[in-house]
Amino acid sequence: MLTILFDGVAYGMLLFILAVGLCVTLGLMNFINLAHGAFAMAGGYLTITLMQQAGVPFLLCLPAAFIFAAALGLLLERTLYRHLYDKTHLDQVLFSIGLVFMSMAMIDYAYGANQQIVNLPDYLTGRLNFLGASIGVYRLFVIVICSLLVIGLQLILTQTRFGSRLRAAVDDGRVARGMGIDVTRIFAVTFAVGSGLAGLGGALGTGIISFDPTFPLKYMIYFLIVISVGGTTTITGPFLAAILLGVADVAGKYYVPAVGGFIIYTIMVLVLILRPQGLFARGPAR
Amino acid sequence: MTDIALSHRPSPEAQKARAVLLGRSRWGVAEIAFWVIAAACYFLLPTKLSLLSEIAILGLLALSIDLVLGYAGIVTLGQGAFFGVGAYAAGLAAKYGAGSAPWSDPVIGLFIGGGFAALIGFITSFLVLRGSDLTRLMVTLGVALIVDEIVNQTKWLTGGSDGLQGVLPSAVLGIWDFDLYGKTAFIYSMVVLFVLFLLARAIVKSPFGLSLQAIKGNPLRTRAIGMPVNGRLVAIYTIGSFYAGVAGALAAQTTQFASPDYVAFHRSADALLMLVFGGAGHLYGGLLGSIIFRTMQDVLGNITPQYWQFWLGATLVALVLFVRGGILGLLSGLRDRMKRKGDAA
Repeated sequence: MLTILFDGVAYGMLLFILAVGLCVTLGLMNFINLAHGAFAMAGGYLTITLMQQAGVPFLLCLPAAFIFAAALGLLLERTLYRHLYDKTHLDQVLFSIGLVFMSMAMIDYAYGANQQIVNLPDYLTGRLNFLGASIGVYRLFVIVICSLLVIGLQLILTQTRFGSRLRAAVDDGRVARGMGIDVTRIFAVTFAVGSGLAGLGGALGTGIISFDPTFPLKYMIYFLIVISVGGTTTITGPFLAAILLGVADVAGKYYVPAVGGFIIYTIMVLVLILRPQGLFARGPAR
Repeated sequence: MTDIALSHRPSPEAQKARAVLLGRSRWGVAEIAFWVIAAACYFLLPTKLSLLSEIAILGLLALSIDLVLGYAGIVTLGQGAFFGVGAYAAGLAAKYGAGSAPWSDPVIGLFIGGGFAALIGFITSFLVLRGSDLTRLMVTLGVALIVDEIVNQTKWLTGGSDGLQGVLPSAVLGIWDFDLYGKTAFIYSMVVLFVLFLLARAIVKSPFGLSLQAIKGNPLRTRAIGMPVNGRLVAIYTIGSFYAGVAGALAAQTTQFASPDYVAFHRSADALLMLVFGGAGHLYGGLLGSIIFRTMQDVLGNITPQYWQFWLGATLVALVLFVRGGILGLLSGLRDRMKRKGDAA
């Protein structure tokens, strides 16, 4: 029972790190980027490659995955994405699905369709006993890293100048622009960091989720659920949503495998209908 | 006396409106040529008949999205759900109705498939009335996921991930049996596609169709001039679901199989892509798109079996960035430009 809760929280934290970039881009630019999972996949596969081919230690792979995905995100944002901000949502969806298809085919070409498994270093495997619950060391590691990231993000958002500019831009981009805030640059930076976090999440996820070329499509749904339930105006909303989803998913798969997915999707649709701005969001829907 | 007779004659404005409406529904040369060529394929490409009937079915699915998206402006990522519902309903009818004459008849099966899909479409249509494009996208996607989950979990009924085996529809109308070469399947699919196309054409050219386009253009203003916006949207969404359900039923009957693949996300996405390739809002967009899509899949798939998806994605990105409105949009843009040049000269 406690083990499941623990696993669920770890999974939820991971989902949050994977999805948080998407929440910000959606809130900031009202841009639907279904290809967000592709950045996570890039981070995950980079980790797999570095560890298996080059023997790079796992802990070094994490920042590498972040930088790689962030650079990729920045590159794509500057070359392709920025042309799409003023287009319709349908165009944005089609464009990002196109990117997803391309990324899936490229990964398939380079690595094959098999699931990739990573051999974690010894100090991250094994289990601890804590209050009678058996806890995986790796999941503890994930929780610690993700908690640090969440606290860091929250501090950046609330305490720094960049954070307040970002919040201003999310709340009302036009006014923020009028006040002399360079929304375009903020967005480029945020997009890069969001992609980087997705990449980092992908790297962390190698120990929990199995990677194959369908990853961006499979997890797109989860990201969308996190956003729709959590809303895009705060960082705590998606965080709580991600934890809830993680626990519900793990517990659902464990206790009622037959209807687990069914319940999650139903809840998503219900939330979308009843509270389109998200369960934990403040203010009206944008 | 003469005064009364005069007042019965429609005003010049009304006559003009009538002429515009009638002019919209006139058949062009290109349209007739399209269907003649489609019918001629039976003789021109006798070895590709099963591929052609698949194209006809995909075209019908894309047409259903065109009705909903191209005309009414409802963004949907879940049309595959109705395709799947139609396929399973018709498949089950053919499987369990085998022998008892009317139930296994394919034409009845079409109505069963389309009817079930329309029912689900009607129920879920109330979910897409509210909210922005994003909400609609996610709600339609969510509905498709729920249907997918139901199909996968009700193994006793649908066969789960193994697919629905033993779909053996009897002869069409009790006369034409399905043959190994796909001749019956092709003619059957084409006839169904043509009939439903005529119906769709009549729908979108009617005042009802015009009102849908008005809603797409500006829902607020349309509501302000007294149009029952929600009612119209429910109606077209239900019709679109019916079309998708019939497409699914056709697929199940002609391939004698139904699998969760029919409900999967990529089915909805592919159909949307076809429509966008061809151009939304022309009725022919989906049909053209399905031809291009399936041919591309066939040709590129032969060169690099699993990587054709890359080129599909690349085409899509290029299309969004450089070509607005798909192939038909491109063509009509060219025609307008030539006309303008002609006027200037």
